[in-house]
Amino acid sequence: MHPAISVIFFTVTSGAGYGLFAITCLYNAINPHNALGSQGVLTASAIALALITMGLISSTFHLANPKNAWRAFSRIRTSWLAREGLLAVLFYPIAGIYMLTVWKGVDSYNWLVAISVFTALWAIATVFTTGMIYACLKTIRQWHNALTPVNYILLGVMLGGLVFLLLASMYTAATINLIINATYLIGIAATAKIVYFFWIGSPAGPTINTATAFTRSMVRLLDVGHTAGTFLTDEFGYQVARARLILLRWMVLLFAFAVPALVLWVGINMMPVATAVTIAVASAFTGVIIERWLFFAEARHVVNLYHGAQQC
Amino acid sequence: MKLGLVIDLDTCVGCNACAVACKQWNTSGTTGPLTDFEPYGKDPTGVWFNRIRNYEVGDYPNSKTVHFPMSCMHCDDAACVTVCPTGASYKREEDGIVLVDQDKCMGCNYCAWACPYGARELDREDGVMKKCTLCVDRIYDQNLPEDERKPACVMTCPAHARYFGDFDDPNSEVSVITRERDGSALMPELGYEPVNKYLPPRSKKHVETYMNETNPISKVKDWVNRIVAR
Repeated sequence: MHPAISVIFFTVTSGAGYGLFAITCLYNAINPHNALGSQGVLTASAIALALITMGLISSTFHLANPKNAWRAFSRIRTSWLAREGLLAVLFYPIAGIYMLTVWKGVDSYNWLVAISVFTALWAIATVFTTGMIYACLKTIRQWHNALTPVNYILLGVMLGGLVFLLLASMYTAATINLIINATYLIGIAATAKIVYFFWIGSPAGPTINTATAFTRSMVRLLDVGHTAGTFLTDEFGYQVARARLILLRWMVLLFAFAVPALVLWVGINMMPVATAVTIAVASAFTGVIIERWLFFAEARHVVNLYHGAQQC
Repeated sequence: MKLGLVIDLDTCVGCNACAVACKQWNTSGTTGPLTDFEPYGKDPTGVWFNRIRNYEVGDYPNSKTVHFPMSCMHCDDAACVTVCPTGASYKREEDGIVLVDQDKCMGCNYCAWACPYGARELDREDGVMKKCTLCVDRIYDQNLPEDERKPACVMTCPAHARYFGDFDDPNSEVSVITRERDGSALMPELGYEPVNKYLPPRSKKHVETYMNETNPISKVKDWVNRIVAR
């Protein structure tokens, strides 16, 4: 699949934004008298909303006819893209109510917990629908599995957790517990991504034989039938050399997981907390952007079976 | 009704007339224009609803060149319609034709991602998705003589390799020929239940190209082979 920059930016930043919002909500609900204070929580929420908004705006850049984008909420009964759009838009008023609650301050702790959990679940559900946009496509076996939405959620929460840690360190609220919890998030996200890399390695699904219905003999493409590229070859024909994909996978593991985890474990003793966490955040974003690029570059659409591929 | 096409891979000669007729009809029809870029330049590209690929099937000497025209399969369970967020893609209740309402399409390409057959192509000039309409603006046209109310590709095929009809009627030409000639769907394992069917080439004995050598040793070998084969 052709990796579109706008979609990569959208999924990474909005995922991080929803992750940050969810973690802020839950953290504030568990420790209502934290060092962040209502100002810190509101700052974190605002940054999360900014990330989400940048992502959503970016996602409209890959539309060929954006003037009809408002129609994209009309088919929530069947389309994961419509569901994603609806959940993303409805998140704003919910986030607004949450921020208003924090700003005004409430006497009822139960109400704070309820609105926090509801907002956090809504944020996670939105990332889930983003993942399902890809996971529901039977035409791309690298996407059509349960690990796709899992990776979207875990990576979003991991990035959000690291950004939250960065903010907390500015409010001198980055306790050792918080740092340990951030490394847990990194570990869980890394595990799921590594499982995914192995999972998509085994060949399965349609072949050139089922694509042409000649299932009992060797089939080779002689002529693809067009002299130059088409929309289909541009959109689905994107292919990267195997060696480069492997190298990029190692870079994902290094930048997205290994460096942030090491900096939080070891680096924290050698440099100021804020510096260490900044390095972790920068490295994690770099790694996840490469991860998202790979997510597209490694995906092989079955239409390639009509352009010469024997198996996808 | 479940309208669709049957394509006879035994008689298709790969002349591309169906693709050209399709382009001609539809570029001036309701979904037109089918934009071309650099049509006379170095890398001509553009929107086509029908594309013909050529395959070699089997190994020599039992190999065969198969010409393979492909357009929208008008799937019974059309994933392109399911995933469309705007409602621009729809499947007609009355005859099963899958269409795009170009006034609603936002050009997100999602339906093209969901289609395994490459039936949908984005018109990069208009910014909307375009696809085979089964010549919906032809097959119901009361101004045409009744035997011309067929898709342009079917009308034009000089090898009579394309059939159009109603698969819901078990006695229609397309149903009968699919049954008798063992017509099959492409990539049925994805479960989209494509309506269009492909008739496999008839099995024929390959043309004998083996030349007997005349030296005594090979004559003995041939004789032994024949005895063993019996």
